Amino acid sequence: MAKLNVNPTRMEMTRLKRQLKTATRGHKLLKDKLDELMKQFLEIVRENKRLREEAEKALEGAYQNFIIARAVLSESTLSSALMIPQQSVSVKVKQKNIMSVNVPVFDFQKTEGSGDIYPYGMAFTSGELDSAMNSFADAMEPLLRLAESEKTAQLLAQEIERTRRRVNALENVMIPNYQETIKFIAMKLEENERASTTRLMKVKDMVLKKALEERHKQDEALQA
Amino acid sequence: MSKVGIIGDKDSIMGFLALGIDIFPAYTQEEIKKTIHKLAEKEYAIIYITEEASLKAGESLARYKDLELPAIIVIPGIEGSMGLGMNEVRESAKRAIGADILFSE
Repeated sequence: MAKLNVNPTRMEMTRLKRQLKTATRGHKLLKDKLDELMKQFLEIVRENKRLREEAEKALEGAYQNFIIARAVLSESTLSSALMIPQQSVSVKVKQKNIMSVNVPVFDFQKTEGSGDIYPYGMAFTSGELDSAMNSFADAMEPLLRLAESEKTAQLLAQEIERTRRRVNALENVMIPNYQETIKFIAMKLEENERASTTRLMKVKDMVLKKALEERHKQDEALQA
Repeated sequence: MSKVGIIGDKDSIMGFLALGIDIFPAYTQEEIKKTIHKLAEKEYAIIYITEEASLKAGESLARYKDLELPAIIVIPGIEGSMGLGMNEVRESAKRAIGADILFSE
């Protein structure tokens, strides 16, 4: 691991130690967040899968009925029959917060005209079209719920990916870097201390030697 | 108030008209991409797209995947399911978990 490029001073070490502490705490928090996100995601994606199966099955039935209706009726009759819908669907979008991920909640409102969903009179169309319309209406509800669930799963997946990248960056890069650098500074400081101790010892030796020599000189002078 | 739209070939999407969903027939790659962007800019919260059309849309879908709105949902067309819709679910599971554990049964 590469150490950071800093001056090996005591102050720098204190600063790094503080940063390491923050990083470790952040790492723990993010990891907890990731765990919880994952738990939520698993539930949602299972639901997503179930809803998709349901919706696709309903849709398949609707298409089958529609194909029959299309075979029975002429193109122009069909399009004129469906041209003006009786009901219209609008969505009220609200927000839900799952672990600080904003996901949409769809609230559906159908504005219905005259009771049933058939946008045509019974005179020019066949019964096949009626049953096709019925099965489309049945497929509607699962489809709408699928939209909400699938979007939520996608958004959560994105957030999980991002959080995991952050956790990994902290765990494998930043925290080891800090530790390495702190160790480097500590060693450097010890080294400096040893250097100054030896220097002091050396100086002391020199001073003692000088004092001894002077004493000898004085003694000799006295004896003479 | 947001709206719901559907993009695809006319045969697949015509039935949705009666439900009050706005239909947008599109065939070529150009048309499909343009329609997606147009609807996303307008007040469409949910856009359904048939599997055939989603193949042609390519990266236009990926662009909206990470946004909160609109929700672009792939549904089978009138020719039946190619499994592309379920693939989307699988993709998001793979993205989050890193492995395809949900569908390995």
